Amino acid sequence: MIILTALVYVLPTFYADCWPHKKINLGLDLQGGMHLVLEVQNQKAVESTIERTVHELKQELRKKEIKHLGITRNSNNTITATLSGDKNIDGFTALVTEDFNTLEIASTVTDPKGKNIVLQLPAEEAENIKRMATEQALETIRNRIDAFGVSEPDIRLQGDKRIQIQLPGITDTQRAKDLIGKTAQLSFQLVDETGDIASAAKGTPPPGSVLLYQMKEDNRTGQVTKVPFLIKKQVLLDGGSLTDARVMIDSQFNEPYVGIEFDRKGARIFERITGENIKKRLAIVLDKTVYSAPVIQDRIAGGKARITGNFTTEEARDLAIVLRAGALPAPVKIIEERTVGPTLGHDSIRMGIMSMLVGGLLVILFMLMYYKKAGLIADIALVVNILLIGGGLAAFQATLTLPGIAGIILTIGMAVDANVIIFERIREELASGKTAAASVNAGFSRAALTILDANVTTLIVAVVLFQFGTGPVKGFAVTLGLGILASLFTALILSKSIFDMTLSGKKTPTLSI
Amino acid sequence: MQFIKPGTTIDFVGKRKLGFSFSLALIIFSMVSLIIHQGPNYGIDFAGGTLVQVKFDKTAITQDIRSGLDQMGIANSSVQNFGKPENNEFLIRTSIPDMTNQGFTQAITQALENVTGSTPEIRRVEMVGPQVGKDLRKQALLAMFYSLLFITIYISGRFEMKWVLSGVTAGALMTAVYFLSIFNMSMPILITAALVVTLALFWYLELKYAMGAIVALIHDVFITVGLFSILDYEFSLSIIAALLTIIGYSLNDTIIVFDRIRENNIQSRKLTLAEIINKSINETLSRTILTSLTTLIVLFSLLFLGGEIIHNFAFAMIAGVLVGTYSSIFVASPIVLLTDKKNRSTNKA
Repeated sequence: MIILTALVYVLPTFYADCWPHKKINLGLDLQGGMHLVLEVQNQKAVESTIERTVHELKQELRKKEIKHLGITRNSNNTITATLSGDKNIDGFTALVTEDFNTLEIASTVTDPKGKNIVLQLPAEEAENIKRMATEQALETIRNRIDAFGVSEPDIRLQGDKRIQIQLPGITDTQRAKDLIGKTAQLSFQLVDETGDIASAAKGTPPPGSVLLYQMKEDNRTGQVTKVPFLIKKQVLLDGGSLTDARVMIDSQFNEPYVGIEFDRKGARIFERITGENIKKRLAIVLDKTVYSAPVIQDRIAGGKARITGNFTTEEARDLAIVLRAGALPAPVKIIEERTVGPTLGHDSIRMGIMSMLVGGLLVILFMLMYYKKAGLIADIALVVNILLIGGGLAAFQATLTLPGIAGIILTIGMAVDANVIIFERIREELASGKTAAASVNAGFSRAALTILDANVTTLIVAVVLFQFGTGPVKGFAVTLGLGILASLFTALILSKSIFDMTLSGKKTPTLSI
Repeated sequence: MQFIKPGTTIDFVGKRKLGFSFSLALIIFSMVSLIIHQGPNYGIDFAGGTLVQVKFDKTAITQDIRSGLDQMGIANSSVQNFGKPENNEFLIRTSIPDMTNQGFTQAITQALENVTGSTPEIRRVEMVGPQVGKDLRKQALLAMFYSLLFITIYISGRFEMKWVLSGVTAGALMTAVYFLSIFNMSMPILITAALVVTLALFWYLELKYAMGAIVALIHDVFITVGLFSILDYEFSLSIIAALLTIIGYSLNDTIIVFDRIRENNIQSRKLTLAEIINKSINETLSRTILTSLTTLIVLFSLLFLGGEIIHNFAFAMIAGVLVGTYSSIFVASPIVLLTDKKNRSTNKA
């Protein structure tokens, strides 16, 4: 009994000791911040893989001098190759089985023009590509956010193609979203100088070229104008060859630009394309937008280039971050966003604590009035109870959210319930003529089972809520669950020991209840 | 101090017809309201859409804000005063989900500044895509279903010592739900079906306490949902949390009564079940009311002082606690009586 009492007294101090070491984490709804759920359009990763395969197939066929009547990607992610002549057909099937063994031949149809061979990616392989795309996207986004500098970001996979991002305390949400959501597919492509831009704008660009735009913002008016460019489809070099990207300041115009560096292979390719295309324009394209299209003056060796484009320092910095972190393997879409400003969070905390204090005080007063000295015991148990929840939150590194505060407030109301049940029982036992000590003992032992039963059901709910709930609701489940456990402890053990202590000192104990 | 004097004898069982009619009336009201409103009024958590909470430093008029939004191309938005009018806080809601992507914050700040002449502070933005809304809806229903299921297992196990039986029932139900959900059946239908089967099983197996408890629970949740529908309050994630808590909490009172019924059943064998139930309810009446009272005290404090965001949560909880207290007296115990087989035969005879 003494040990138990000691333990009861030690527990609060022990938890109070914990406070400075482990702080209670505040949820995004209390400290402000942004919660995002992104969906990786990983179907696009499969599409681009197929696209690339078609390109490679054509190159290989050309090398092996196998003639074909057309190889195209179908909308259901299969490839149809049309060939005629046994030599070509045999050569093609041999190539597919040897060098493109991830593909399988789905069907072969013969028509007057020749043989249509349909190739498909096995479902397993497609799933693999999708999974890799999601994982890579997660990694890339994590790198970008780390480089951006957010304290304690939380980035995790949710399901098979969603990424959940929590950025506490962030204020410039727009900038963060732009940074995270940018696919950042960088490519160097030549400008088609001969094609007709006017007819391309009507929807008929010359074959092998595509119409892209450059966004020009007027520094004074903020007006954005779209400048059309006819760009050759062939990608000469892409962002995969970058080793570094950082913000530099142009000494001549005092304007920020992004300086990039290529790896050795990239540098060689860059040197070759600049050498072969002197006096032509080379467009730097990021996510289908032309950033700049300077005229190549001379062969550029050394693997360094610069991206200019009327940047502010911030924009240049963010661009450098995304280029360094690399491109997303597939575009992402924001499918859920919850942003809370810091002032709202403060208001929520203030009002939450206010209603907790008022509610708590009212309950404490009520218990004192209704049960007199026994009410005081219940009140002590209640205070310890709240302390235990706080300690539990800190110890488990749980997050306190606004519904979580509501959960604590609710627990204040429910924690005294156990005491009410016990006290009512004790009153009944007293009325039946038992002594004070016997009544207390009987009251506690009889009520214990009822209290346990009643609380188990609420605990079940808390567990289910924790399992199914997201964010703030999870916080509610945590405080509710902790509150129930704490109130079981305070009502059944703490209150009992206080009763025993007050009763044991006297010769003919009386009870104020 | 004592509210209810010992030795109080109110004939609750005798008044059960009155109780049943009252409950039935509430359920019918709820159902009619749900049918008229075509289901609960889902907030953006479940329906998808965008919600923006803005605060102005000067007085602003709803009409101005609406015209500003129209200029941005956000038609069909609802603009509402949020909290006290002197706070100049507004809630803007629209069903368009995909608009917070590009430059949204700047655009809306600019548009609202133009029409009202004061700089708005964007305090909260919530955007939920349609797919996410659908997922959340499914999760919420599943959470409700599993809470009910686990609680019934616990009740029938604890009160009738039929752990195996209730376990088997639950297992069969979960498997059925799992298989049916593969066939993409709509969740609400699925859960209703599961509940009907559960109730039928309890009736057949004469698990009277489980029957009483679960009928009372469904009663409480349904009426709270109905009340929300009648008042046209919005259903959000935190309301689901409130409903689940009601499921757990409103059972406390029921369990107190059930425990006493069980105890009295052993002690006084001569009394009929109806008399025992009546005795038990009366003996525990004081604590049934007191426990609810303390919880209501804090909930009202939360309702009045906790701020606008938590307001509906507190309201749902208050409604649930009130209905739950009522149902533990007037619904749960009489259902136990109805399900009891001995009683069923004497009624017929």
